[in-house]
Amino acid sequence: MGVRGKKYTGLTVLALLVVLVQAVTALTGTQFYLTQLTMAAYYTLLVIGLAVVMGYAGQISIGHAGFFAIGGYLSAALTTHSLAGFSGHPLVQALGRAGLLMAGQDLYGEEILVVAPWAAALFAVITAAVVALLLGVPVLKLKGHYLAMATLGFGIIVFRVVLASEYFGEADGISEVPAFTLLPWGPVQVSGDFGLRVQNYYIAWGILILGLWLLLNLIDSRVGRALRAIHGSEEAAEAVGVDTARFKLKVFVLSAVYAALAGVFLTHYNGGIGPSEASVMKSVRYVALVAVGGMANIWGTLIMGAGLTFLSLRGVFGSYDDAVFGLILILVMLFAPDGILSLKLRGFSVLPGRRVRNLHEGEGGDA
Amino acid sequence: MLDLQGVHKNFGGLQAVRDVSFSVPRGAIKAVIGPNGAGKTTLFNLIAGNLSLTSGRIRFNGQEIQGLKPHRIAALGMSRTFQNIKLFHGMTALETVMVGCHVQSRAGFLAGMLHLPRTWTEEREIRERAMELLELLEIADYAQVEATSLAFGQQRAVEMARALATNPRLLLLDEPAAGLNIYETAEVARLISRIRDMGITVLLVEHDMSLVMDISDEIVVLCFGEKIAEDTPAAIQQNPEVIRIYLGDEEEALL
Repeated sequence: MGVRGKKYTGLTVLALLVVLVQAVTALTGTQFYLTQLTMAAYYTLLVIGLAVVMGYAGQISIGHAGFFAIGGYLSAALTTHSLAGFSGHPLVQALGRAGLLMAGQDLYGEEILVVAPWAAALFAVITAAVVALLLGVPVLKLKGHYLAMATLGFGIIVFRVVLASEYFGEADGISEVPAFTLLPWGPVQVSGDFGLRVQNYYIAWGILILGLWLLLNLIDSRVGRALRAIHGSEEAAEAVGVDTARFKLKVFVLSAVYAALAGVFLTHYNGGIGPSEASVMKSVRYVALVAVGGMANIWGTLIMGAGLTFLSLRGVFGSYDDAVFGLILILVMLFAPDGILSLKLRGFSVLPGRRVRNLHEGEGGDA
Repeated sequence: MLDLQGVHKNFGGLQAVRDVSFSVPRGAIKAVIGPNGAGKTTLFNLIAGNLSLTSGRIRFNGQEIQGLKPHRIAALGMSRTFQNIKLFHGMTALETVMVGCHVQSRAGFLAGMLHLPRTWTEEREIRERAMELLELLEIADYAQVEATSLAFGQQRAVEMARALATNPRLLLLDEPAAGLNIYETAEVARLISRIRDMGITVLLVEHDMSLVMDISDEIVVLCFGEKIAEDTPAAIQQNPEVIRIYLGDEEEALL
């Protein structure tokens, strides 16, 4: 009861905060901040999904930018590359009859025919889920740094593919991605249109809060307990009947879906995507954000994820952006393995606290 | 209930378990004893599915279980504790025992994420059942305490409650009295008898002779991976071979 009460208090406070920030920017004429806040919300969606894999299930992935890129690139390519030249092809005609295509005009007034954003988004997210499944089956058998290496390899493959492929725009990426109309009966759409800035801010944070609510529920449930048990002792979790391989795989796929959704929405919001979104440094950044948020602390991850991403997008770290996140990762691992927020709360008791914990881990270890 | 036939386990060139056969009748308390390195824990890991057999057969409730993953074996109604306690870091005693209810419950990813009403009843039942078990083991006062920060004996109790939460038909206890003093050991002995009275068959590995002799119906003695005796406690105490491995040869003793 207490946990559930806390959960809804937290979500309410967050929702109020989102409204408050928007009101403040409106009153102070600083609405330009909303752009980076919107983008930060989408990145944070990926980060909280990764937090469940890392913090709760105890697995690591240095390849989540790959899933983000699968989501973003596929929806960008499908909604941008015109099929008008193939309009006689039976496949294109079938897609058209199924209502999956959308006619429009490009920059030069030429007639184009592209996949409708919702269909492209669905395809992109399902592709990411299937890739996560196929990758997860062999890779999740690995532990610790072997798993890290394998997921890193996956991230590099996705990066090289988008960089080398003409279809994905090589080093230029894909631009001119159309708006994503969410509701068929209203002008609710994910796009970078200045007139829709406030609306998009609320869409992004609404999606993030919904995603957060789902994950908080999950952590509180039977499955969440099983995931935390896997983190605690895989052997003991198996012994009480938890199918550890299956649960690790499912949570990995779930986080890939979160990453892909983040990629889809951010790409439509930005109106494009470039290869840097698939780079290894992005994956490292996500891991750093989960770590700095406190691993098994989804609220901490949300706060640090949104905060640091916002600062980064505002250009506060300048050209040292990637270096800052690398440094954060190192410092957190050394001095605050339970996250920055735990550091503040416990003040100087950090070191003794860590020793006690390590002692227990020693007891629980193999003989 | 449980039936082992010609169970072998080799680690490279080392024969850790050699041609071991015995069975555990329904409703019995059976103990496996033997000196250090006799292969007791290896045997346990073979039964529970944590290790795969080199050869041999293990039947549980008439079903062959060798080669099954531990979680499948747990779902069939076999549960275990660990010699070096394996609790879940960061979880309270109550949550730890609630994990034990895993096979008895169903809510999946989607139901959990959407917090569907049908999961509410299940959650309440799991919580109640876990509390009952904590009360049975007299650690209900520590329900909200992180399990890994409890005293050693209490940690063992949490582990046993977690094992019982799976609603097992056969309970494997790996040295349940290790690290306990004589009073705590007596407690454990009473508890094991109570578990048997609940209709759960018990197979235990133990060092502590007093515990084993008091509560077991039958004892298997292992030495260097081989079964050297299987009998009632009274007969085992008289068995010259067992006395020899536990107390040494007369000649050796004289030297």
